[in-house]
Amino acid sequence: MNDLLAARSQMAMSLAFHIIFAAIGIAMPLLMIVAEWKWLRSKDEIYLTLAKRWAKGTAILFAVGAVSGTVLSFELGLLWPGFMGYAGAIIGMPFSLEGFAFFTEAIFLGIYLYGWTRVPPRAHLFAGAMVALSGALSGIFVVIANAWMNAPTGFRLVDGKPVDIDPIAAMMNTAAFPQTLHMILAAYAATGFAVAGIHAFMLMRDRTNRFHKTALNIALVVGGVSAILQPLSGDLIAKTVARTQPVKLAAFEGQFQTEQAAPLRIGGIPDEAAGVTRYAIEVPYALSILAYDDPHAVVKGLNEFPADVRPPVTIVHISFQIMVACGVAMMLLALWAAWRYLRCRRNQKWLDSKWFLRLLVVAAPLGFVAIETGWTVTEVGRQPWIIYGVMRTSEAVTPMPGLIVPFITFTVLYIFLAVIPVWLLLRQVTASPHTPDPIAKEARVAA
Amino acid sequence: MPLETIIAGVMIAALVLYALLGGADYGGGVWDLFAFGPRARAQRRLIAEAISPVWEANHVWLILVIVILFTAFPPAFAAIATALHIPITLLLIGIVLRGTAFTFRTYDVQRDDVQRRWSLVFSIASIITPILLGTILGAIASGTIRIENGSVTSGFFNSWLAPFPFAVGFFALALFAFLAAVYLTLETSERELQEDFRRRALASGVAVGLLALTVFMLAREGAPTVRAGISRSWWALGLHVCTGLFATSAFYFLWTRRYRLARVCAAAQVTLILLGWAFAQYPHIVEPNITIASAAAPQVTLQFLLAALIAGVILLFPSYYYLFRIFKSRAADSRG
Repeated sequence: MNDLLAARSQMAMSLAFHIIFAAIGIAMPLLMIVAEWKWLRSKDEIYLTLAKRWAKGTAILFAVGAVSGTVLSFELGLLWPGFMGYAGAIIGMPFSLEGFAFFTEAIFLGIYLYGWTRVPPRAHLFAGAMVALSGALSGIFVVIANAWMNAPTGFRLVDGKPVDIDPIAAMMNTAAFPQTLHMILAAYAATGFAVAGIHAFMLMRDRTNRFHKTALNIALVVGGVSAILQPLSGDLIAKTVARTQPVKLAAFEGQFQTEQAAPLRIGGIPDEAAGVTRYAIEVPYALSILAYDDPHAVVKGLNEFPADVRPPVTIVHISFQIMVACGVAMMLLALWAAWRYLRCRRNQKWLDSKWFLRLLVVAAPLGFVAIETGWTVTEVGRQPWIIYGVMRTSEAVTPMPGLIVPFITFTVLYIFLAVIPVWLLLRQVTASPHTPDPIAKEARVAA
Repeated sequence: MPLETIIAGVMIAALVLYALLGGADYGGGVWDLFAFGPRARAQRRLIAEAISPVWEANHVWLILVIVILFTAFPPAFAAIATALHIPITLLLIGIVLRGTAFTFRTYDVQRDDVQRRWSLVFSIASIITPILLGTILGAIASGTIRIENGSVTSGFFNSWLAPFPFAVGFFALALFAFLAAVYLTLETSERELQEDFRRRALASGVAVGLLALTVFMLAREGAPTVRAGISRSWWALGLHVCTGLFATSAFYFLWTRRYRLARVCAAAQVTLILLGWAFAQYPHIVEPNITIASAAAPQVTLQFLLAALIAGVILLFPSYYYLFRIFKSRAADSRG
C-alpha cells in the first residue's frame, strides 16, 4: 500500500466511523426531546423513562462522536496539509462556525444529561432542544465544507494560487443546499429506523410492552417522515451533480457512452476495460429525465473525459445502487407504516402485525448502510480530485512516509471503540422496563 | 493593531481557556490514578462528579484553537501538522482514549474490576495527553522546525524528540495536575477530602516550580530565541514578577486554606505562563520561519472569522456560564 492510498484509507475509515456517531448525534436528541415534551404534556411516566433511556444512549455515542470528530479536524492537516494550506482561508469559515455549534451542543448536552434534578423541567427541555438544533447545525456546516470540495467557488486562480477569496460565496456553493439537506434527512431517517428496529425487535419478544410501543412510535415518525422526503433531496443532488460534475454522474450510472435519451440503469456491473455496464435493468429515458427534466437530454458518458480525471467507476456505481436501494426500501416501508397507522388508528393495533415488525427489524441497519455507501459515492466519485477540478488528492497528501502505521493504529483503535458502545447499549436495551399496555390488559381482562 | 495579530490573540486566549478548563479535566485524570488512602473511592467519585458535566464543553476550546489556526494561518497549520505528525497522532490517541474511557466507565457495570479497568485507561490517557500537548508546544517554540518553499526540511523526529519539548510536556502535566487539585478543594464540602486535595495541590505546586526551572534551563539550548524573549525584553521582568507573585500567593492561600483565593491565583499563574510564552515567541507562530504576518490568510477571511468569533463568543458565554453555575456553585454554596 503506498502512502497516498494509506492516507486515503485512514481518512475514509475515520469518516466512515465518525459519521455513524455524528448522524446519531444529530437525530437522537430530537427523539429524546419529543419523548420529554410528551412527558411534560401528559405527565405519563413512560415518556420520562424513555427520554432518560435515550439520553443515556446519546451520552455514550456522543462521546465517541466528539473524540472521533476531534481526530478528523486534526487529520485534515496530518494527512492533507497541501489541501489545508491551500483551502484553509477559503473554507475555514464553516469549520469555525461548526466549532461554535459543537460548543453549544456540548454545553447543553452537559446540562441535559446531568441536570435532570438541577434545572426546572422547561429549562431542561430547552437544553435538549438546543442540543438537537446545534447538532443539526454542526452537521450542516461540515457538509457545506465538503460541498465546496465538489463545487469550489469563492476564489479565482492566478498562477495556481487562489486570489479574491470570498468565504461567504464559498459557503454558498451550488452543492451546499442539496448536500446538507440530503445528509440531515439521512441522519434522521437512519437513526429513526435503527431505533425503531431495535424496539420492534424487543416488541416481538414482548408483544404488549408499552415502553417499546411508545419508543417505536416516536422513532418511526421521525425516521419515516425523513425517509419519505429523502428521494426528493436525492433528486436535487442528482440534478446538481449533472450540472457541476458530469463525470461523477456518469460514474453513478455506469454511463460510458454519451447518449441522448439515456436510460436509468438499475443494478449492473461496470466493465471499465470494455467500457460497458453489464446485467443492468435499463429504464428508457429515465436518466435523462431525472438529470435534466427532459427525456431527450444528452447525458455525457465517461468516455467523454480523459482517463486521468475519471473516478473508479465500479465502486461508485455499486455503492450508488446500494444507497438508492436502501433509500427506496425505507421509503416504501415508511409508506406502509403510514398506511397501517391511518387504517388502524382507532383500535391501536397498528403494531400488531408480525410481518411489519419483522420488516422493521430487517430495515434497522439500512439507513446506515445508505449513509456509508452514499459517502463512498460522493467521495470516491470526486476522485482523483480533492478539490474538484482544482487540486488532485495526490497533490494534497502529506510528505510523511510510513502512513500505513497510523492507518492500522486508528483502525484497531476504532474497532475497539465500535465494539464497546454496542456492548454497552445492548445492556441498556435488553433490560426493558415493564409497564404493560393498559389497553391490552383491559382487553385480556374483558376476554 | 493588524487584524491577524488580533486573531492570533484570540487563538492564544482560547488556548489559555483550554489549559484552565480542559487542562484541569486532564489533571482530574491524574489524581484518579493517584487516588490512595482511606478516601481513595471518595476522591475518584469527586473527580468524576466534577468532570462529567463539563469536560466535553471544555474540550471544544482545543477544537476552536485548531479551527482558528487553519482558517487564519493555513500554512502554519500545514507546517505544524507535517513536522509534528507523530506527536499529534499520539496526542489524538490520548484524547480518544481519555474521553471514551471516561464515558464508558460512567455507563458500564458498576462492578469494581470493570470500573478499575476503565479508570486505568482514563487516567493513563489523562497523563500522556498533556505531556504530548506540552511537547508539541515545546517543539513549536524550539525553533527547530524548518520550512523551505512550503515543505518541512527538518525531519519528522528532530524537532520534538529532544529534552526541551519533553520538559515542557512534563511542565504542562504538572500545571494541569496543580490546577485540578486546587479546583477540587472547592468541589467538596467534606473537610477531609478538601485536605486530601490541598496536600496534592501543594505537592504538585512544588513540581510546577521545579519543572519551570528545568524548562528555563533547558531553553538555553533547546529554544534560544524564545528564552531570549522571556529573559531580555522590557516587559519580561514585570511578567516574571507577576507570575512569581501569583504562584507564591496560590501557595500561601492553599497553606492558609483560603481556597477561593488560591483558585484565582493558580488560574492567573497559568494564564501568565502561557501569555509569557506567547509574547516571547511573538511575532512567530512557528519559530523561526513562520510569522503571524507571513502565514495570515487574506484580510477578507480574517474579517469574517473575527466577526464569527465575536458572534460565537457572545452566543456562547451565557450558556457556558449557565453550565458552570448549575454544576459548580453547589459545593461552594454548601460551605457558605
